[in-house]
Amino acid sequence: MGLVTAITAEAAQDLPRVRDRADVVRQVKLVVVMAVVTALLVFFALTVDNSHVQFVLGERVTVDSPPKELPAHPVLWVSAVVAAVGTVLAAANRIPRDWRGVVVYLLVGLAFYAGFIVWAYSDQSGSFQSSIANPLPGTIRIATPLVLGALAGCMCERAGVINIAIEGQFLMGAFFASVAASLAFNAYMGLVGAILAGVGMAALLAVFALRYLVNQVVLGVVLIALATGLTSFLLSQIPGDPAIKQYFNEPPRLDTIAIPGLSQIPVVGEALFNQTALVYLMYVSVVVVAFVLFQTKWGLRVRSVGEHPKAADTVGIKVNRVRWQAVLFGGVFAGLGGAYYTVGSTGAFDREVSAGNGFIALAAVIMGRWHPLGATAAAVFFGFMWNLQSQLSFVDKIPSQLLGMTPYLATIIAVAGFVGRVRPPAADGEPYVKS
Amino acid sequence: MTDKPEPDAAEPDAETHARAESVGQGADLRSPVTWLPTVKVTAAAILLALVVGALLIVVSDREVIEAAGYFFDYPWDFFKFAGEAIWESYRALVLGAVGSGAALSQTLERAAPLICAGLGVSLAFRAGMFNIGAQGQLIIGAVCAGFVGFTFDLPIGLHLLLALVAGVAGGALWGAIAGYLKAQTGAHEVITTIMLNYVASSTLLYLLTKDAFQRPGSDNPRSLPVDDSATFPMLFGFHSGVLVAIAVAVVAWWLLERTTLGFEMRAVGANADAARTAGMSVRKVYTLTMLIAGGLAGLAAVQQILGHHDSLTANVAGSLGFDAITVALLGRATPLGTVLAGLLFGALASGGIQMQASEAATPVELTQVLQALIVLFVAAPALVRGVLRMKESGGGATVMAKGWGS
Amino acid sequence: MKLEIRGLTKRFGSFVANDDISLTIEPGQIHCLLGENGAGKSTLMNMLYGLLEPSAGEVLLDGEPVSFASPGDAIAAGIGMVHQHFMLIPVFTVAENVMLGREQTRTLGVLDRDRAAQVVRDLSREYRLAVDPDSLVESLPVGVQQRVEIIKALANHAKVLILDEPTAVLTPQEIDELMEIMRSLKQQGTSIVFITHKLREVKAIGDTITVIRRGKVVGSASPDTSEEDLAEMMVGREVKLTVDKEAATAGSPVLEVQNMTVIDGRGQTVVKDVSFEARAGEVLGIAGVQGNGQTELIKSLMGLVRPSAGRILLEGQDISRWGPRDSLGAGIGYIPEDRSHDGYVGAFSVRENLVLDLYKHDDYSRGPALRLDAIAGNARDRIAEFDIRTEDMDTPVSALSGGNQQKVVVARELSRPLKVLIASQPTRGVDVGSIEFIHKRIIEERDRGTAVVIVSTELDEIYGLADRIAVMYDGRIVGTVSPDTPRETVGLMMAGASSPEEPTPASVGGERD
Repeated sequence: MGLVTAITAEAAQDLPRVRDRADVVRQVKLVVVMAVVTALLVFFALTVDNSHVQFVLGERVTVDSPPKELPAHPVLWVSAVVAAVGTVLAAANRIPRDWRGVVVYLLVGLAFYAGFIVWAYSDQSGSFQSSIANPLPGTIRIATPLVLGALAGCMCERAGVINIAIEGQFLMGAFFASVAASLAFNAYMGLVGAILAGVGMAALLAVFALRYLVNQVVLGVVLIALATGLTSFLLSQIPGDPAIKQYFNEPPRLDTIAIPGLSQIPVVGEALFNQTALVYLMYVSVVVVAFVLFQTKWGLRVRSVGEHPKAADTVGIKVNRVRWQAVLFGGVFAGLGGAYYTVGSTGAFDREVSAGNGFIALAAVIMGRWHPLGATAAAVFFGFMWNLQSQLSFVDKIPSQLLGMTPYLATIIAVAGFVGRVRPPAADGEPYVKS
Repeated sequence: MTDKPEPDAAEPDAETHARAESVGQGADLRSPVTWLPTVKVTAAAILLALVVGALLIVVSDREVIEAAGYFFDYPWDFFKFAGEAIWESYRALVLGAVGSGAALSQTLERAAPLICAGLGVSLAFRAGMFNIGAQGQLIIGAVCAGFVGFTFDLPIGLHLLLALVAGVAGGALWGAIAGYLKAQTGAHEVITTIMLNYVASSTLLYLLTKDAFQRPGSDNPRSLPVDDSATFPMLFGFHSGVLVAIAVAVVAWWLLERTTLGFEMRAVGANADAARTAGMSVRKVYTLTMLIAGGLAGLAAVQQILGHHDSLTANVAGSLGFDAITVALLGRATPLGTVLAGLLFGALASGGIQMQASEAATPVELTQVLQALIVLFVAAPALVRGVLRMKESGGGATVMAKGWGS
Repeated sequence: MKLEIRGLTKRFGSFVANDDISLTIEPGQIHCLLGENGAGKSTLMNMLYGLLEPSAGEVLLDGEPVSFASPGDAIAAGIGMVHQHFMLIPVFTVAENVMLGREQTRTLGVLDRDRAAQVVRDLSREYRLAVDPDSLVESLPVGVQQRVEIIKALANHAKVLILDEPTAVLTPQEIDELMEIMRSLKQQGTSIVFITHKLREVKAIGDTITVIRRGKVVGSASPDTSEEDLAEMMVGREVKLTVDKEAATAGSPVLEVQNMTVIDGRGQTVVKDVSFEARAGEVLGIAGVQGNGQTELIKSLMGLVRPSAGRILLEGQDISRWGPRDSLGAGIGYIPEDRSHDGYVGAFSVRENLVLDLYKHDDYSRGPALRLDAIAGNARDRIAEFDIRTEDMDTPVSALSGGNQQKVVVARELSRPLKVLIASQPTRGVDVGSIEFIHKRIIEERDRGTAVVIVSTELDEIYGLADRIAVMYDGRIVGTVSPDTPRETVGLMMAGASSPEEPTPASVGGERD
């Protein structure tokens, strides 16, 4: 047909150049945040009187590592310049969209951290001078249960089962870790107890969500209430008599194990490789979950039942069986996360010992967009903020209660400002029922 | 693409009825919140929860455990002690809840804040939002109401009114933040309300270090008790805030079922896309709903702090905000259901104290386990029916938040 | 492979979806299963494929009785199915979708993606089904997604291939290609079950035709049976294949769209510089294959999506920044393309859905309070006027049949005075009786002087209703033609060719020759 002409690529280029509104909004937000960071850093630089601040590379000042001097003003001004460059790049819309962009954000973030911490530790009143300490060891420790809980969340939700009950799994894991370790006089048996408890809770989640089709949001809340009640009830049934109590709730704690060689690496070695077995398990878990989900046959099936269970069914995959497996597998990590609160840190179980951290792990799952690595990053961010808060409680520049809000405020700003609507696995929370 | 809902097939007219049946079941499965089909199942769920609770009492009672040690020699002891422990515990539970005028008053006073906060959670559910933030809204409400209550010196009546308004406004504001953020940016309310809970408790802790909130000459994180003029007057042995809670439940029902705003809330909750297409402002509904939900949580805080000359302390909200979620769930997110669930939980709470004081010394935490089990069993009618061999019966559907979709 | 079905029956409660159905599909044959929406075709195929368990009856393969507890069994027995709603996972690649369920692995269950991609490449070469194994399914056009579905079935060595309404999402050219593929499969000995409600297609490709109505086999026919006779068999009475209407008396333009561009959430430009106008008393039909920007175009007309550029004028007033409430209030009626998603609230009663966008009107509310009596009165009237088959006005709309659900939406939108009626896929998934009724009401609305815009992917519907036809392809209006233009020409335009003629200079849309 001669009168028919295909639309050519040239015609497509005639389009008016229209920039997406959302893209513009995103840029504006970025510029605002960067400008605020820059302004704050300049403010810090101008308000610091005494340029001398002390720091150590270790977690605390010891005889072996005496505090060193850090000139505050140069650090502050360099930070401010880095942030200013970031602002200009953002304003010119010149921040690349790939990994280089991430590097820019990381640099600005690091500059803000450096400037802020120097400012916080400067001009200390009183005779004792606190020193800036390495934030990594504390961050890793605190993040450990959060990462494990978030991995559990990822496993469940990738398979299409909403898991709000991470907090409940933590509590049960923590309680039974303590009981198992006490009974066996062995902290590692505590980990076994924790795993069993985590998987047990997961089984409850699975049976009610998959067999009885209970609304999974409802279910999660109820399971948390159940775990809270049950652990508190059982705890109060353990007699105070030390002769009996030692068999139930006086567990040995996990020792820190320095990994030869790796733990000698300067700055990070001590932080990453002189930790408890639980922390090492956490590292392994992140790799395992990410690998299993994205590189194995089972992982492919898990993701398929979470995205489109009917499609999975039509190629012969047993949807509910795969979901059961994923939920139970996730329970392993959630239970281990719970173990942190007893054998992994303080020892004995106490009422509501995980203090709502399961909710933070849940938030990390969503902020990390249901990806194990993203969720891990979000969990580490929380660990970092909490650690910062506890470190800064020794200096009096900011009231610690206000500082205590910052991780949560930061999350709200991040979620509202930059994450926005997220795309969960398409069938998350949908029970699969054959008609 | 592939996730388009299947276009519903047209059925010949004579079969419309049959189809209605099968689709009804289908809808049941698609939104499994259609629990509480009958009062019967609820009663059965409570019974089942009590049975599980009895097992817990038995396995953790010292005498029973000892008797189990020589079970094969003298089994009668085991059953005797087990029976005694269960009987003592549950008798105390019932007596503590409804056994006397004082117990009843106690039950009502404990139920009132649960009802108010539960209504807040319920309303949010109906508009498709999962409000985990009742706790934070309560805390801010308590701060505002308490501050007005113990700081100012105002005439009776006016003082109470002002403190009440301050508490409701504080909670409303806190709730509206989450609603506004969801409306404007799509930030999921589960995350923002969790975070706002923490921010609220940090705020409370911070304020309690300030002179304006501490008792003169004291460094304890504890305020003065609220003035007489700002407390609820007593009526029939319980404070009149209880009546406010009932009145509010009626208003909530009217709002939901009889007003244009309620129509919008329910439409947005059931199908936000269709609501938007029909010209409703989904954003407005999200913000307003959370404003109202927060206000109701604030009212719960008012009940708590203006009920009995209470001081503002770090623990002013207890676990009320989370219990409110369970109350709303048990009440199937309807106002009447929420009131009934609130009364039940209030009874369990006030009975639990007596249970702990009883001879069996069953810990009060058992009531928390019972609460969770009741909701769990009510949510899984198939399980309850299976265990108790009851017949299947249909049930109405209430729409609630089901997943992360925003 | 020979497939026999004997006395297959499926009951849902008291409702019999399939009643004693028997068929034989000979090897190397294309067997068409014809029936209207809801006749029970898909139920039958889902039983064959192990997705549903039959209440009675048996299935024989080469004379051997078989029973499938799950699709896995059916696949193993050599049955493949291309579903009406593709069973593909949007966030997976083509290769991942094809391998799912029968994954190529290395040791320890680690996926061997290279081998999977090779399988896809081999099949796509062998059967000339061009597709890139590494692209994400969600980024592919529907026509290509369908190829992926066919490759999936072939990768499982299907000997019987079931195609469930495969042409609904294709351009006429793609339909021709599909038929080519079907013929070549047939030559290689594959038996094909082709499910459709389109008469033209069964005549073009079928070897045998079986007609199903209300869950029963009502007869079989040969491909040379006339369309009228096939339609009568399918519906059970005489059917008019055309819509009765007078010639339009077009008035002045009511709705004008000028140079509109829409960018979607993923940053794709989905509507590209589109201009057109709708005139009073005239039906403008927008034809095009699903996914060529019609959805976004209509949503931005209603203020549901904000256009990135361009203007929308209603009687000369710029409404491009209005929200849906303003547009509805100003007299635009809107029937959305996906009724259960946007058109009604399934959990709401018929009564409530009939005022879903009218409840703020003074007739139905006073101050903050709803006027329940007025709302009930309206429901009574509409149910009678539009013959909505429902138990009562308190029945949830989700419990109605598709046709009656659509009638609820149509009744609501036509129950107030309109300047413009925008109807997207007004009869998708609707039975023939309701189609006739809805078409009649749309034409009545036109004759009342309303400007009507119909978006449809069904050319029959466009030709039946439209007074002018605008064809969309890839976000542009490639041309506007009159309804006496040959179907082939419009078909080519739907595939991106620009129009041969411009009947109305005022409506030069995306024309760029």
